[in-house]
Amino acid sequence: MKDKTIKTIKFFGLSFLEPLLRALSGEETQKNLASFIKKTLFPIASIFLFILVWHLGATALFNKEAEARIEKAKTEQGEEAAKAMADCIASGDVSCQPNTLPSPQQVYQAYIALWKDHLQISEKKSDFKEKVADTNAQREEQGLSPITYTGRPSFLDQIGTSLKTVAAGFLLALFIAVPIGIIIGLSDVLRNSFNWLIQILKPVSPVVWLLLVFMIVKTVITDPNMDKSFIISFISVGLCAMWATLVNTSLGVATVDKDYINVSKVLKLSIGKQIFKIILPASFPLIFTGLRITVSVAWMVLIAIELLAQSPGLGSFVWEEFQNGASDSNAKIIVAMFVIGIIGFLLDRIMLTVQNFMTFSKA
Amino acid sequence: MPILELKNVNKSYGTGTSKVDVLRNINLSVEEGEFVAIVGFSGSGKTTLINMINGLQFPDKGQVLLHGNPVNGPGPDRGVIFQNYSLLPWLSVFKNIKLSVDEAFPNLSKQEKEKHINKYIKMVNLSHATHKYPKELSGGMRQRVSVARALAMNPEILLMDEPLSALDALTRGTLQEEIIKIWSKDKKTAILITNDVDEGILMADRIIPLTPGPKATLGPEFKIDFKRPRDITEINKDPHYKRLRNDILEYLIEVGATRKQTSDQKYLLPDLKPVMPGRVFFGRKKKNEKVKYF
Ligand SMILES: Nc1ncnc2c1ncn2[C@@H]1O[C@H](COP(=O)(O)OP(=O)(O)O)[C@@H](O)[C@H]1O
Ligand SMILES: [Mg+2]
Repeated sequence: MKDKTIKTIKFFGLSFLEPLLRALSGEETQKNLASFIKKTLFPIASIFLFILVWHLGATALFNKEAEARIEKAKTEQGEEAAKAMADCIASGDVSCQPNTLPSPQQVYQAYIALWKDHLQISEKKSDFKEKVADTNAQREEQGLSPITYTGRPSFLDQIGTSLKTVAAGFLLALFIAVPIGIIIGLSDVLRNSFNWLIQILKPVSPVVWLLLVFMIVKTVITDPNMDKSFIISFISVGLCAMWATLVNTSLGVATVDKDYINVSKVLKLSIGKQIFKIILPASFPLIFTGLRITVSVAWMVLIAIELLAQSPGLGSFVWEEFQNGASDSNAKIIVAMFVIGIIGFLLDRIMLTVQNFMTFSKA
Repeated sequence: MPILELKNVNKSYGTGTSKVDVLRNINLSVEEGEFVAIVGFSGSGKTTLINMINGLQFPDKGQVLLHGNPVNGPGPDRGVIFQNYSLLPWLSVFKNIKLSVDEAFPNLSKQEKEKHINKYIKMVNLSHATHKYPKELSGGMRQRVSVARALAMNPEILLMDEPLSALDALTRGTLQEEIIKIWSKDKKTAILITNDVDEGILMADRIIPLTPGPKATLGPEFKIDFKRPRDITEINKDPHYKRLRNDILEYLIEVGATRKQTSDQKYLLPDLKPVMPGRVFFGRKKKNEKVKYF
């Protein structure tokens, strides 16, 4: 039972809980507790250290900016104004707050505000749905498309959109890179012929991919009803992120253990069986490593691409907040930063789990 | 007509200055139902030789004839047991064997196949591990799967490339007996590559030494005519066994030594201290005291 639990938590990448579990179950309590403290409590302590440093840094920056403002008021408008400015800053009035790195509390407040905003918008949305339910039913009978809510998306909606885009981009990368990787992996000639192209395209920046995709999509898709910005951003994400999978797949396929190939030859497997029963399973470890890199690259470039493509999502959220310049905009950007980081981490963990599940360990 | 014939087979690797003549002038003729062991130093070209018989490689010169027809590729008529098991790690024992059964008997129904596979798993005493994966098995168990995989194809000729070299002496002994037991049931033709003279003496009808490479060739054959079933302790007591064993070892050491003089290639000669030929005449050798020679 205990061993099974430990196996399960390890499988999900939570192995840091193992010593605690062992200690709780009375197994070498002291040793395991010590190990738990070292492996788990210290990392937690480091979070507090991080917040402390951040807090100190933010305070220092705040003071510097505040002094600069007071100084400026003094030189431009005199003593009086400087004093008013100092009072204003001390009172916490939003109109005169220094605009700098937000402190941890501010970020936490921004997080709460975003959450409340989300609840509000969801409520509005469901109200709207109720209101138009009858009309939509009628419209459906007449064969018209339903009326949908077109209000401002909440932060959570933006996260959802981003995840959708990254998923679409990932699938695109998967369906392009894996088959091509297999084909060029199987043939030395093809691999050598296209290697230059892959090597050149691999380091191209997401921005350039975006522009390239934009040029093509603009011409190809003329239907105004189609969500062009979504299409552009997911294709760009896919194209940016697919290279790791392409290279790894072709490498994996090209370097299948000779023993396995000999087995397939001795058994006279057909080409199809040889690919699906021997070559693919043998290259799964490398393919999944590639896919894992693809997911993290996709998530990383997504933000930049959304930001540039003006397509909804976390990227445009960050950009809008930056341009908006409201008193809590900076704090919201930091919230977005953490959300992006945590989601990226979770995506990686999911891929790692899938990878562990799909790959054999060599005998 | 011999079932298998090698005529003046030459094989080299590489080209130009880096060309290495591995095998030269190999002549071999194997009759149906025979068990032939080929003994040789490591790196002399034993795997290359067996690969030309199973159709993974082709001679540069000469011919490999099966029933009088040149070999032009692998086929289900030749079952191969590879040197390093070569099990597919992503398939269970059952599925590893199924892969070869699917190819050898495509027309069997699902139940028939299952029965067939289980029969061979049972034959190698692995019924308890049917659904285990190779990584969960010990070396000896893996080699058993490999044996079952080759036998399940019901091949005419069984080709074994140092099947037991990687195993410890005890496991080795058991598996030798098991393979012989299975072989004697339907007397398939078998070719065993080995680096252990005792293994050859216990299992084969003929032992043929392969001289050390490069330009390795087959030496004079040694007939082993102990009655079957052979019992290792019985054979050990037989003076004929000791003479035979000495002859073979002496031959191998001699060709090994000549080779050392004529080539500047580094070669580690076997450390023969424990049982020098001639010294074991009156000592009773225990089963697990087997010495690895090469
Ligand atoms: N594919 C290959 N290319 C070049 N040289 C090879 C190749 N395979 C084997 N050799 C060389 O041929 C010789 C015989 O190899 P091998 O048949 O594997 O020997 P053995 O099985 O007796 O240990 C060795 O010197 C080895 O380095
Ligand atoms: Mg070998």
